[in-house]
Amino acid sequence: MNNIFVYCEIEDGIIGDVSLELLTKGRSLANKLNCKLEAVVIGANLKGIESQVFPYGVDVLHVADDARLYPYTSLPHTSILINLFKQEKPQIALMGATSIGRDLGPRVSSALFSGLTADCTSLEIGDHEDKKEGKSYKDLLYQIRPAFGGNIVATIINPDQRPQMATVREGVMKKEILDANYKGEIKQIDVKKFVNNTDFVVEVIERHMEKSKVNLKGASIIVAGGYGMGSKENFQMLYDLASVIGAEVGASRAAVDGGFAEHERQIGQTGVTVRPKLYIACGISGQIQHIAGMQESSVIIAINTDPNAPINTIADYVITGSVEEVVPKLIKYYKKNSK
Amino acid sequence: MSLKIVVLAKQVPDTHNVGKDAMKADGTVNRAALPAIFNPEDLNALEQALRLKDKNPGSTVTILTMGPGKAAEVIREGLYRGADNGYLLTDRAFAGADTLATSYAIHMAIKKIKDFDVIIGGRQAIDGDTAQVGPQVAEKLGIPQVTYAEDILSVENGKATVKRRLERGTEVVSVALPAVITVNGSAAPCRPRNAKLIQKYKYAKTITEKQEVINDYADLCNQRPYLNLQEWSVDDVQADRQFCGLSGSPTKVKNIESVVFQAKESKKLTAADNEIEELIKELMANHTIG
Repeated sequence: MNNIFVYCEIEDGIIGDVSLELLTKGRSLANKLNCKLEAVVIGANLKGIESQVFPYGVDVLHVADDARLYPYTSLPHTSILINLFKQEKPQIALMGATSIGRDLGPRVSSALFSGLTADCTSLEIGDHEDKKEGKSYKDLLYQIRPAFGGNIVATIINPDQRPQMATVREGVMKKEILDANYKGEIKQIDVKKFVNNTDFVVEVIERHMEKSKVNLKGASIIVAGGYGMGSKENFQMLYDLASVIGAEVGASRAAVDGGFAEHERQIGQTGVTVRPKLYIACGISGQIQHIAGMQESSVIIAINTDPNAPINTIADYVITGSVEEVVPKLIKYYKKNSK
Repeated sequence: MSLKIVVLAKQVPDTHNVGKDAMKADGTVNRAALPAIFNPEDLNALEQALRLKDKNPGSTVTILTMGPGKAAEVIREGLYRGADNGYLLTDRAFAGADTLATSYAIHMAIKKIKDFDVIIGGRQAIDGDTAQVGPQVAEKLGIPQVTYAEDILSVENGKATVKRRLERGTEVVSVALPAVITVNGSAAPCRPRNAKLIQKYKYAKTITEKQEVINDYADLCNQRPYLNLQEWSVDDVQADRQFCGLSGSPTKVKNIESVVFQAKESKKLTAADNEIEELIKELMANHTIG
């Protein structure tokens, strides 16, 4: 009772990275709160799924296995979580800030009247003093998230309602196997008890999922372009540089909005969070929402015509000059010196 | 088949264009320095609604918004583009609402509207980026939802067929109506304002707005009832105050900080050949690249 629950999403029999990242976070929160970590997997053909989940330190795995539960649709998954949470009374429930978690989370929170904080960038445990009401609370979940386009960071709490619910984007937390031999308990959910036939009002007619071509999270070097790249054509030089030095290409939101790069390349609060060994920011001014997604890079090079660009303050190397001039020179001198 | 369509729209501060004076010295947001705009994805939602109206003659599009008095601008913007009418949900008791209290108020207003086939809203608003109100309204109304919609392909026999845009692909789903559909920014942009409709609706005002302008409008509004924009209070939609505003919000803001990044001691370079070559050599020497 009163444990931490993580909803694990699944695609083609594989638990999503975002869910494994949350299990790692959930494990450390559970240790702090001295409670158990429980996971929920809802889908079809889930035999053996526990082997993907237990190594992250999961004590109890709830499995709802039914052909109708995959691919994901809102109502059946909502019904399962609502009924499971009513029964198990978790103190914290976490899910990915993905098209699944952001569809499911609000619906569950509405039904349970429990607060939900979207897109948290940090989760901590702490106390709270409500001076007006003269109440004090111990061990609440601090749900920390950016707001107002990333210009402020707010700490949100749910003092009175349970579970305290939060979603987190992929890549924000780090996934880490706790113990490859960790064994928890498996509990099968009685799907017929929790789901009504009327929950299947949404029918998935067609699905086209692609394996992501872009792997920003796993890249050790990232060359990222901003609005200062000027055009999609100009962006090509970043691909040239990336292929020479073995990097992946990323983009700021402004560059994505401007149509210079695909959405899956977006780095920042509303895109992917990255921590590469080297980050080369080209024509990126450094809006807060971008910096929040790459500031933990080990080495940052900023290339910008504006010597006062905000990104320069967090860069290890500031090159004041145009990308058109600097990027070809980076390619040239890398080639020359790598021989 | 004619449809009754409700569009959920929100007036938001333009957080994508934050200027230097957007933050006050104490780290709070200076809302006055940010222009108020029609939430971008709500415009995508409006376009989907207007397309349904075009395809299904006799359909009506109703804008529903919640906010302070000036949020009536969102209704006028909707009327200029082809919406038929609108309601502004406004009351001090709604202030300080989190997404649950907001969705409670909106679902009460929709219950008052009563007759609807489909509710369409933007996926999320740029001042909070939570994407919660759409699904929560659907849950409170006890109807299904389709989020991340990119195109409402058709509405036939009480079912909508919707294309969704997800992180790694697309999905086409069919949903029984009534339902809530939330629309992505990747959907078709909203049509521009129509000059004739601007002429028709530019004097459309709420009761509160009418009190603030000269009396000349009173006669005009009496002659043309479509110029009267409806305002609804907590009592008008029979909402329970306990579930509205701050008291209806399970989440509380514990604190707010402005974002400050740790500045680094940085090496300054120019684009000169020798400096770039030195940099490359240094990065290769310490195995950052190569």
